Amino acid sequence: MAERRRRVRTFEWSTAVIALTSVVAGTIVYLRDGSDKALAILTSDLWLFTGMLPKMAAGCLIAAFVTRLLPREVVARVVGSESGFVGILVAMVMGAVLPGGPLTIYPVAGAFLLLGADIGTAVAFITAWNLLGYNRALIWELPFFGPEFVGWRILLALPLPIIAGLLARTAARVVARRWGGDDQWT
Amino acid sequence: MDLITIVSVVINLLLWLLVGTLALTAAIRSKALFREGAYEGGRDFVVLIPRVLIGVIGSGYIAAVMPQDLITTWIGPGSGVLGIVIAALCGAATPGGAVVGFAVGAAALKGGAGAPQVIAYTTAWSLYTIQRLLNWEIYMMAPRVVWLRAAVSIPLPILAGIAAMLIGKP
Repeated sequence: MAERRRRVRTFEWSTAVIALTSVVAGTIVYLRDGSDKALAILTSDLWLFTGMLPKMAAGCLIAAFVTRLLPREVVARVVGSESGFVGILVAMVMGAVLPGGPLTIYPVAGAFLLLGADIGTAVAFITAWNLLGYNRALIWELPFFGPEFVGWRILLALPLPIIAGLLARTAARVVARRWGGDDQWT
Repeated sequence: MDLITIVSVVINLLLWLLVGTLALTAAIRSKALFREGAYEGGRDFVVLIPRVLIGVIGSGYIAAVMPQDLITTWIGPGSGVLGIVIAALCGAATPGGAVVGFAVGAAALKGGAGAPQVIAYTTAWSLYTIQRLLNWEIYMMAPRVVWLRAAVSIPLPILAGIAAMLIGKP
């Protein structure tokens, strides 16, 4: 695994599209409902956003330090050597802890498989990274939805990596029995 | 101070305590490690601010112009499991990066969608947005692993939505 630096791109098409849509929607609100309504929406959202800034900053710094203190090779080795239900649990914790984008996560999951972990472990890891990762929750989700919504969302998602891991393990076994091949999926 | 404010302050304290601990650990290992981490974390934060800000403000305006009746009918709080399934399908079909997924979800929530339905939407968007499967994952992992993961993930957003509906939160 080559060491790839995490990079946040400065320009992004998604942002440009949302910005354009927002300007159009804002203009419609202004013309239809007047400046008071347009201003009220702006200030209420700004208030939520500024309240979340300290958490966002913490999220960015935690991610930057964890990336350096917890090398992906170590994560791959720890998870890759586990198996069974414990393997799924360890993978889930690592998925929630390891920061970074798809560029860093998928190769780590691929490395688990090469190191001997089963498909359930890799699936639990990716699912946990997607649903429980503090990185995305702090930086993205909180300013949009506020702490109460995000808190419940994460709480409800807690069992999902385990379910996904166990389902994947069973499915891989069924596929192997039916069409041959091994059930490790390496 | 109400409960939510107190919880928010406590979370901030815990997060910054964690930042401090990690920064100290890095600094003990080497000064360069600390400097790099602090610089990169700070830079990411500065770069992300405008993007998140655009999405957050945009979601408010987009919610205001969206047809509220339509949203309430299809994915409103009374739309039940069918609404949850529809929201999950929308999540899978949403293209683009994080700002799109979260702005659309937040706009829907502000525009009359039910919380369980929005949870199903963001969960599906996180787990199996078709565009991300085809643009990223398929190139970085064995295709059969990608498809197996996507297949077993299909019910997860629906489970999360139904669980939210049953407990009546958030």
